[in-house]
Amino acid sequence: MNTASKLTLMVSVVLVFFGVLLIVFFLAGKAKNRFQTPLARLIFVGPAALLLLVGLVIPAIQTFLLSFKDANGKKTVGISNYSWIFTTEDNRQFLYNTALWIVVTPIVSTALGLTLALLLDRMKRESLPKALIFMPMAISFVGASIIWGLVYEYRDPIEGGEQVGLLSAVVMKLGWSDPPNWLLAQPLNNFLLIIIMIWIQVGFAMVVLSAAIKAIPADVTEAAMLDGAIGWSLFSKVTVPMIRGTLVVVLTTIAIGVLKVFDIVRTMTNGNFGTQVVANEMYAQSFVQFDYGRGSALAVVLFVAVVPLIVYNIVQLRKEQSIR
Amino acid sequence: MSVPVSRRSAAVIGGVAAALLLAACGSSTSTTASSAAPSATNADPACADYASYGSFAGTTVSVFTSILPPEQQLFEKSWAQFSKCTGITVKYEGSDQFEAQLPTRIAGGNAPDIAFIPQPGLLAKLVTNGGPKEAPAATAANADKYWNPAWKTYGTVDGKFYAAPLGSNMKSFVWYSPKIWKAKGYTVPKTWDEMFALSDKMLADGIKPWCGGIESGGATGWLATDWLEQIVLRQNGGDVYDKWVSHDIKFDSPEITKAMDTLNGWMRNAKYANAGFGDTKTIATTAFQDGGKPILPGKCGMYQQASFYANFWDGFQKGAKIAEDGDAFAFYLPPIGDAVKTPVVGGGEFVTAFSDKPEVQAFQTYLSSPTFATLKVKAGTWVSANSGVPLDSYTDPISKLSAQYLTDNTATFRFDASDLMPAAVGAGAEWKQMTAWFGENKDTAAVLKAIDASWPSS
Repeated sequence: MNTASKLTLMVSVVLVFFGVLLIVFFLAGKAKNRFQTPLARLIFVGPAALLLLVGLVIPAIQTFLLSFKDANGKKTVGISNYSWIFTTEDNRQFLYNTALWIVVTPIVSTALGLTLALLLDRMKRESLPKALIFMPMAISFVGASIIWGLVYEYRDPIEGGEQVGLLSAVVMKLGWSDPPNWLLAQPLNNFLLIIIMIWIQVGFAMVVLSAAIKAIPADVTEAAMLDGAIGWSLFSKVTVPMIRGTLVVVLTTIAIGVLKVFDIVRTMTNGNFGTQVVANEMYAQSFVQFDYGRGSALAVVLFVAVVPLIVYNIVQLRKEQSIR
Repeated sequence: MSVPVSRRSAAVIGGVAAALLLAACGSSTSTTASSAAPSATNADPACADYASYGSFAGTTVSVFTSILPPEQQLFEKSWAQFSKCTGITVKYEGSDQFEAQLPTRIAGGNAPDIAFIPQPGLLAKLVTNGGPKEAPAATAANADKYWNPAWKTYGTVDGKFYAAPLGSNMKSFVWYSPKIWKAKGYTVPKTWDEMFALSDKMLADGIKPWCGGIESGGATGWLATDWLEQIVLRQNGGDVYDKWVSHDIKFDSPEITKAMDTLNGWMRNAKYANAGFGDTKTIATTAFQDGGKPILPGKCGMYQQASFYANFWDGFQKGAKIAEDGDAFAFYLPPIGDAVKTPVVGGGEFVTAFSDKPEVQAFQTYLSSPTFATLKVKAGTWVSANSGVPLDSYTDPISKLSAQYLTDNTATFRFDASDLMPAAVGAGAEWKQMTAWFGENKDTAAVLKAIDASWPSS
């Protein structure tokens, strides 16, 4: 099939789809009386519910069931996949690392984002620096990792001659004659990977928090200033409490993103040299070693870890909406 | 969030998400049918060679592989005449998600007629689950006649022959720069000891002899497993190698420990490696593609890497000539002692059929014939271990040298062991542990024990 006929096919499929939709809506519009409301609900919610069921609910249940099966997904092996995760000596590494990621990344990203939001808030042309800081959000994790891979590249100063990695070149200019092979330096390498995630997420934190700061009513700030609050006390006693809800949402959103991050680790080190995380181990077990049981068990562990965060996130959102 | 999102922008986001979803589903595939005019005129003199395959006007055989364009066009060119004479239309479909998609397609009742499977381990797994059909007698006869006997065993599961080999690659090569060697007066070593005498000579001349890189994204470590395989086969021969693959000889056995010690004195030897990059730890962080880069500027002497590495030199130096008197070339990694006759480690694909229709079997047999292999070889940069292909059909010297060793029926040929072991070992623990061995200087005994521990119990 050539490109032209593929395109025609695609366009005609889309047209047919819209045609069917129009007919459905038209018929639904004809419905009268007691059918009207339930029919409208069905038409609007139905497709989304169906897609959720097929794309999310059923696979989630299947994954849960698979996590009790062996590598081929055939024989039932009880909880042995879970005991493998939590009792194998080597696996402790990725459990600890994931914990490190989830503590450090959201806190540092949010703190940096908040600082930047406050600093830029008073600038005249704040949109330009904001756009620049927000830009990494538009880069995929893999793309960002490849860029940072070039930053961390290592050549032995004597053996390899010219430095090709930006970081090595900079620290050597600053007088460090013998920088380490960055990605091998434990436990520093974990933080070097976390920096990539922070680089991507800071823009998001900054933009959302900046909007929240701007949304604080001017009379509140004025009243506080009349009462003598300036500088740090204004920030800590007025600004932060006023944007508390947004702060929590930003923190939890980044934390959820961190739990599923595997692209950065996979691209930079493939989890070698003590940098493995749960999500990358899950991918490796499922799609490199084809052990569906262990892969699914790891997926379930991630799912269980992420549920409280999502619940908390939603509760905060609700609270905020009810205040307004 | 406190920023209210308008309905319109929500709709836009929804649309973008849907588009992303669509894009994500469209992994790279390419489908074409080399349609043949099904007018099988037996009178055509060019069809004389194809008469034995029979005539199947109007039939179609589907092929599913991981081999993508531009290689795809070369394949289609090579069976165009077959299509024309037999009337069989071959529908080619390549996918970069081949390994993941094939089992799904079989389970869904949508198996291709023929698949080119690059791992014997995957073939064995598929046979266990049901799907592959036994190869016809004519294909088996070709496999017997034209290949080193080891190849047929890799296409055989539980005593039944399923798949004949297609393309092959030669892994027992060492890359070097003939130009620099000539200027320095070095000659290609013929024995293991000569190779290390040469390494010491290079050291005395101020050149570090060995460079390498095993970083390969999600497959980091595979080259290190290849290095180990070369030594295991050279020190112990085929029987021990086969027992190692089936785990009758464990990783922490004296044989494999000895091979690791040899590798330790070679690639993990600070005196010899890693030329142009730094200490031996940098082997773990250097991309395998870059491993031989320091050879052309004369910073590194040698790089043990497979025949396909020929494709990378042009990227280091535009127009680099790959020949015995060129900028880069390879020599055969010499045997250790003379107990094992011409040890060769290699890889390749296997033509597996999921249908026993006569036209599928005819095509399967054609793919195992020297007629096809010679046409494909002439199309360029492709090696077959089919000994029916005349060596002078090869258009480039490195393919010719590869074929010379791969078609040697007296050589001790063995398939890449990590492709034969269970994925939890061959694509899991062995890669990981060998990477830690280099990158973290992990203790040899601990590495071998950890690999053994990963072997599936069932």
